[in-house]
Amino acid sequence: MIWSVSWRNVWRNKMRSGVVITAVSLGVFAGVFAMAFMQGMAKQRVDSAIKTETSHIQIHTPEYVNVNDIENYFTNTEELFENIAADPSTVAVSKRVIVSSIISSAEKGGGVRLIGIEPERESEVTNIKERLIEGNYLEPLKRGLPAVIGNKLAEKLDVRLGSKLVVGLLDVNSQPIYHQFRVSGIFKTASAPYDETTVFVNYSDLTSITKMPKDAAHEMAVLLSDNELSGLMASELKQGFPNLNIMEWFDVLPELKYMTESMDVYMYIFILIILLALGFGIVNTMLMVVLERVKELGMLMAVGMNKRRVFSMIMLETVFLSLTGGVLGLVLGTGFSEFFETHGLDLSGLYKEGLEAMGYDTIVYTNILPEMIITVTLMVIMTGIIASIYPARKALKLNPAEAIRTDN
Amino acid sequence: MKIIEIKNLYKIYNETEVEVKAVNGIDLNFEKGEFAAIVGPSGSGKTTLLNLLGGLDAPTSGDISVDGTSLGKLKSSKLIDFRMNNIGFVFQAYNLIPVLTAKENVEFIMHLQGKSKKERDARTKELLTAVGLEDRINSRPTKLSGGQQQRVAVARALASKPKFVLADEPTANLDSKSTENLLDIMERLNKEEGTTFIFSTHDQRVVNKARRVITIEDGKIISDEKKN
Repeated sequence: MIWSVSWRNVWRNKMRSGVVITAVSLGVFAGVFAMAFMQGMAKQRVDSAIKTETSHIQIHTPEYVNVNDIENYFTNTEELFENIAADPSTVAVSKRVIVSSIISSAEKGGGVRLIGIEPERESEVTNIKERLIEGNYLEPLKRGLPAVIGNKLAEKLDVRLGSKLVVGLLDVNSQPIYHQFRVSGIFKTASAPYDETTVFVNYSDLTSITKMPKDAAHEMAVLLSDNELSGLMASELKQGFPNLNIMEWFDVLPELKYMTESMDVYMYIFILIILLALGFGIVNTMLMVVLERVKELGMLMAVGMNKRRVFSMIMLETVFLSLTGGVLGLVLGTGFSEFFETHGLDLSGLYKEGLEAMGYDTIVYTNILPEMIITVTLMVIMTGIIASIYPARKALKLNPAEAIRTDN
Repeated sequence: MKIIEIKNLYKIYNETEVEVKAVNGIDLNFEKGEFAAIVGPSGSGKTTLLNLLGGLDAPTSGDISVDGTSLGKLKSSKLIDFRMNNIGFVFQAYNLIPVLTAKENVEFIMHLQGKSKKERDARTKELLTAVGLEDRINSRPTKLSGGQQQRVAVARALASKPKFVLADEPTANLDSKSTENLLDIMERLNKEEGTTFIFSTHDQRVVNKARRVITIEDGKIISDEKKN
């Protein structure tokens, strides 16, 4: 009965409740949409980093993790390859030879990471092939060895497809070597720093130039069917190959994990601030409600409604008021987020350069998670409960004998 | 059989340092089934006495016991439960819950008492029929006249089967026809249910119906007449 009375009381003053409900729904809508937007941005950044840079799991020698020297490679890579590829959670595996080197065109130069890949296997692990904006993915050239470079590097070196590049590096014997490549493809990822410092060449070309063994690798990258599976796969590999260093994507780019986690916290703080502001509005409304119903509350106390029930009645009314607005806001926020989850929100007109420099896509696909909806709902209920305390205490302080005789 | 015993009751207010003895040494008993009116001019202490009787206010000294239970000895929470189970209230301004229908208003206290739906339904129907509102059970108070609202209030007061009903100027806002009708209903219920009714009133029509008239002035009883 108290639930029913509280719910009906919400609608006694439709205009006033309507204003509060509108305010709460707009606040929750803004909070939910902002969360979905930031979550989407973070997820895209993580997915993009996994697909372009880190994969889910990377395998190196422990020495290579400490010092990225050319001699810190491991061998027997095909055996490891077969082992990982046999796991049902594996989508693809590729091995890489990575050498720090100096690159120069006829005009300019700079430092880069030269990555030797097997194009077919690599294209299943990373999406560089799909990110090609010009040329092809390391197909053999009539003259010279092919190299695929990022668009930022191409701009920096002032080179085009077919341009010559000279790479300077140390081979496994620490002997300096200079070798010529030609630009066969240019890619563009979401991350400008990556595009400026990464050059892909054929695995066989690089192992041969650096005089490394035929099946050597500095790195093996594993792509899994789901981000969540990386922990399980990593622990299996750690057991099976104790001499190798197994890293998950967030070990490779820890800042990405911190960013995702801190973004969650920021978003909940943001919603908390919105709800705090709304909470004061709700307290004010409920105080008015209590002051308007002094006579009625006095009567209820007189006829036998104890303090706990009076408190519950006011608390429930406050929670219903907040929750009605909260649910409306959630529906609106979820609806908008669902729409932009498939259609994407194009921010290229706003701050394209800035987003790209930080490694973010300019088209953001919002991402709303069920736990976000549950958490926000609980936060709205908590706001209602907390906001009801002061008005309910006011009600409890009423003297029924006096309250019955007031004009309200 | 005595159901209320009032012994040496005082209620003194210290307003602006001038002592006001709203109830000034009252000794009074009520028997089961009485239909009594407390009369007196404004400020004589009628309402204060009724509030003390209903356990809504605490006396400065003296004691009220209902069926052997001393109200002064009950803790606040026990007193609320005691009121719920033993005392019915009818107020001057009806004081129904506006968001509930007539039926729900009558049921409300039985809900608080934890009575079963079957019991609630039967008692509500019985009472609303008794007050002549069986065809208005689903009407909200705003759709009822003042007289009808007060009849719902009487039904509500009796819903918990209290030992006595306190009615503070129940006819003050009603026209003559509604007053007469309400008094007839209360008199009938008093006889049928054996519930004691105690009114505070200015209204001569109530005084005429009452079988006992207690007159107070300046917080003291100046006469206590029983009619045959």
